[in-house]
Amino acid sequence: MKFLCVDCDKQMAFEERQLPGDGTLAATFKCPTCGRVVAMLTNPMETQLVSSLGVEIGGRTVPAQPLETVRKMVATGRDDAFDDGASGVGRGALWSQEATERLNRVPSFVRGMVKRIYADFAKERGIAEITPAVMDTARAELGLEGM
Amino acid sequence: MPPIRTYHELTDADRSGLPEQIGAQRKRVAERLAGVGRVIAVMSGKGGVGKSYVTAHLARALARSGRAAGVLDADLNGPTIPRLLGIEHAPRPTSQSGIEPATGQDGVRCISMAMLLEDGAPLAFKGPSAESFVWRGAMEASALRELLGDVAWGSLDTLLLDLPPGMQRYVELCDILGAPPPVLTVTIPTPESRDAVQRAMRAALERGSQLLGIVENMVGDEFPGSAGDDLSGEFGVPILARLPWRPTPDAWAGLAGRL
Repeated sequence: MKFLCVDCDKQMAFEERQLPGDGTLAATFKCPTCGRVVAMLTNPMETQLVSSLGVEIGGRTVPAQPLETVRKMVATGRDDAFDDGASGVGRGALWSQEATERLNRVPSFVRGMVKRIYADFAKERGIAEITPAVMDTARAELGLEGM
Repeated sequence: MPPIRTYHELTDADRSGLPEQIGAQRKRVAERLAGVGRVIAVMSGKGGVGKSYVTAHLARALARSGRAAGVLDADLNGPTIPRLLGIEHAPRPTSQSGIEPATGQDGVRCISMAMLLEDGAPLAFKGPSAESFVWRGAMEASALRELLGDVAWGSLDTLLLDLPPGMQRYVELCDILGAPPPVLTVTIPTPESRDAVQRAMRAALERGSQLLGIVENMVGDEFPGSAGDDLSGEFGVPILARLPWRPTPDAWAGLAGRL
């Protein structure tokens, strides 16, 4: 899928992706010549179709993790299907120094909850290290602006 | 309004890079399977002919003959291979390089959706239930791709893929692998099985798969017919085994030796 600014006859460039949390997706595209911005809005079924291909609109911010789609999308999976403990994958994911510094800027009374949300996000996707990029992805996908 | 340029005429770099992401997925599968001597799809186009049973015992016979074997249970909705290989559930060890397969009888390596699903639970995906037929097939194809590309198969002589009835999984497999895999066909002697398997073999042949041969299963008085001979004659491929209801270890060894 591509977007063309008809007035300028220029291919519009991807700007931003937002996942409001209701199963829909918004992606904005900007004309490099005139600056016009348009938004593509997909319904839950269309959003799901993209997810089912294992691709990310706007590009990947973190590398694909083993069995990412299965972990993320299977609703009837075992809680103990994977042994992530030994490798540092999942709830025990490592926090990079930058991510730790960013977490420490979260108010202390909600820091524990926020940390758990990011850890669960990492576990579901088999992510071994939580970095600022992972946090950005989680915020966008889970609608956690401000965390 | 002047004619609008077509999709293919817009060639600027795209940050989403969806074709590149798809390409990276396929590269991951190819790299993972680089250590596998051959990947064989076990299929029939017909349910209930014993594909999984044949697959599991063939893998064991291969392993007993000194050829490292693995089974990918590609029947995502009705997985049975772990039970056939005597594999009890245990969490699969995970690392950044992949998921460890389970090891079954005779050292056969195996991955199956049965290991990842709650006991007795159907394979269900998160997402909108309305019009789920639109995306469910793609989701299953992604799961199959991950089972191929994200499992640390290691060095194998043969990886058998136990396909469910029908042709959908085979078509997905061709796309994921980038080339049609060689096919081992399982049938029972009946005309009904012959007709269904014939369609599947024709489809596989049209897609470009090498037909390795036919296993005629459940041979005996219960299921009269000549499906094996009929299919062998039409497609010019050998019958690799005629298996009675209770095959002996020698029968499995013979099949493994002819594959």
